[in-house]
Amino acid sequence: MLGLDLSFFDLEMLRKFVLSGFLFSVQLTVVATVGGIVLGTLLALMRLSGQRWLTWPATVYVNGMRSIPLVMVILWFYLLIPFLIGKPIGAELSAVITFVAFEAAYFSEIMRAGIQSIPRGQVFAGQALGMTYAQNMRLIILPQAFRNMLPVLLTQTIILFQDTSLVYAIGAYDLLKGFANAGKIYGRPEEAYLLAALVYFLICFALSWGVKRLQAKIAIVR
Amino acid sequence: MTWDWQVFLTDDGGGRTYLEWMLEAWRWTLAVAGSSWVVAMLVGAVVGTARTLTDRPWLVRLANAWVELFRNIPLLVQIFLWYFVVPKMFPAFQQVPGFLLVVLGLGFFTSARIAEQFRAGIQALPRGQRYAAMAMGFTTYQSYRYVLLPMAFRIILPPLTSESMNLLKNSSVAFAVSIAELTMFAMQAQEETSRGMEIYLAVTALYAASAFAVNRVFALIEQRLRVPGFIASGSGGGH
Repeated sequence: MLGLDLSFFDLEMLRKFVLSGFLFSVQLTVVATVGGIVLGTLLALMRLSGQRWLTWPATVYVNGMRSIPLVMVILWFYLLIPFLIGKPIGAELSAVITFVAFEAAYFSEIMRAGIQSIPRGQVFAGQALGMTYAQNMRLIILPQAFRNMLPVLLTQTIILFQDTSLVYAIGAYDLLKGFANAGKIYGRPEEAYLLAALVYFLICFALSWGVKRLQAKIAIVR
Repeated sequence: MTWDWQVFLTDDGGGRTYLEWMLEAWRWTLAVAGSSWVVAMLVGAVVGTARTLTDRPWLVRLANAWVELFRNIPLLVQIFLWYFVVPKMFPAFQQVPGFLLVVLGLGFFTSARIAEQFRAGIQALPRGQRYAAMAMGFTTYQSYRYVLLPMAFRIILPPLTSESMNLLKNSSVAFAVSIAELTMFAMQAQEETSRGMEIYLAVTALYAASAFAVNRVFALIEQRLRVPGFIASGSGGGH
């Protein structure tokens, strides 16, 4: 069919080439999401603090990250980390650090919008109860902000999962690389790319369908 | 460490300096991003509009499928599909230069996002606008052309700005299929000269400057196209 030969595609090939790459992509996505949300929330709190010495560095960091292509950020970290710690670092570890740092900028914008969407009265209510800033944030504001922004955060995670394929730039072994390698070994690179596209599509399509369902559910509660 | 900015004035072995090579690469980046932008805007506007034509269910389904298809596959994989797989499956594409294939890949990928904006923009308009157009006796085409799209386009200018900046940044993915753009230059020049910091800093600055320029151009367009009495057209504050 259309000059394609998919006969090389079987469980053996998936186990040998694709599985470890797939696991790395998932691992990278999960670590970058969790780390990115934690760091991003801190950045958002810094930007909303009203203290210039906190606002300013956070703003520069977020806007800086957001104005550079991810591929360049990946290359930068791969160059800078060994320079800073004085010894070479694996492509995989470098990718994890890069993605946490990069996604923090994007998650911080989402969390900032989430925090700003909470009515002022909530803050005042917390203060009236005698809560400290930390208690107010942890118990009143952040849980609501997080809940309101959950669909957006998950959508960002799907984008993040797609973006993990860019670790190609430094040769880390991810899902795409797994398929690309299999294609090379079996002499069927085109078919391998087609299968990779199919796998990515199925995963992302299912996830975004799930997010849509969740959004509909949350909308009723509100 | 010490800086060595002289590296940009050294010869790259092909009779040009690294500075000349970098500026050439910048032009490629702008060419890829610019051409893809045209593709993305045209296709995105058509597909996004089609998604709101509720009296043509098949057209809506087709347009939705388009968006889902191009949104759920990573850009890099899509570029590989256009560059390697499409010419193999459809021999007619073997004549098409690589630059054009990348432009199609990046353009269609972005068109899905722009279609989403157009749909949202059209649906954000008060229903009365559509009814008013119908009451004037406009055909569907006329009501879109003269009433709905001009307003929707203005509403979605801010998200279109960020999508256009994203497109510029995403053009860096073209390095993977050996288009001689900025990221490709950064990787190769870094390897040849071992002056990674200087090279990356210069390339990063060019990307940031280009993205900023896109941002300013859109701000200007937004200002020029303002409709008095509508969204953010006032001088801020007041009613």
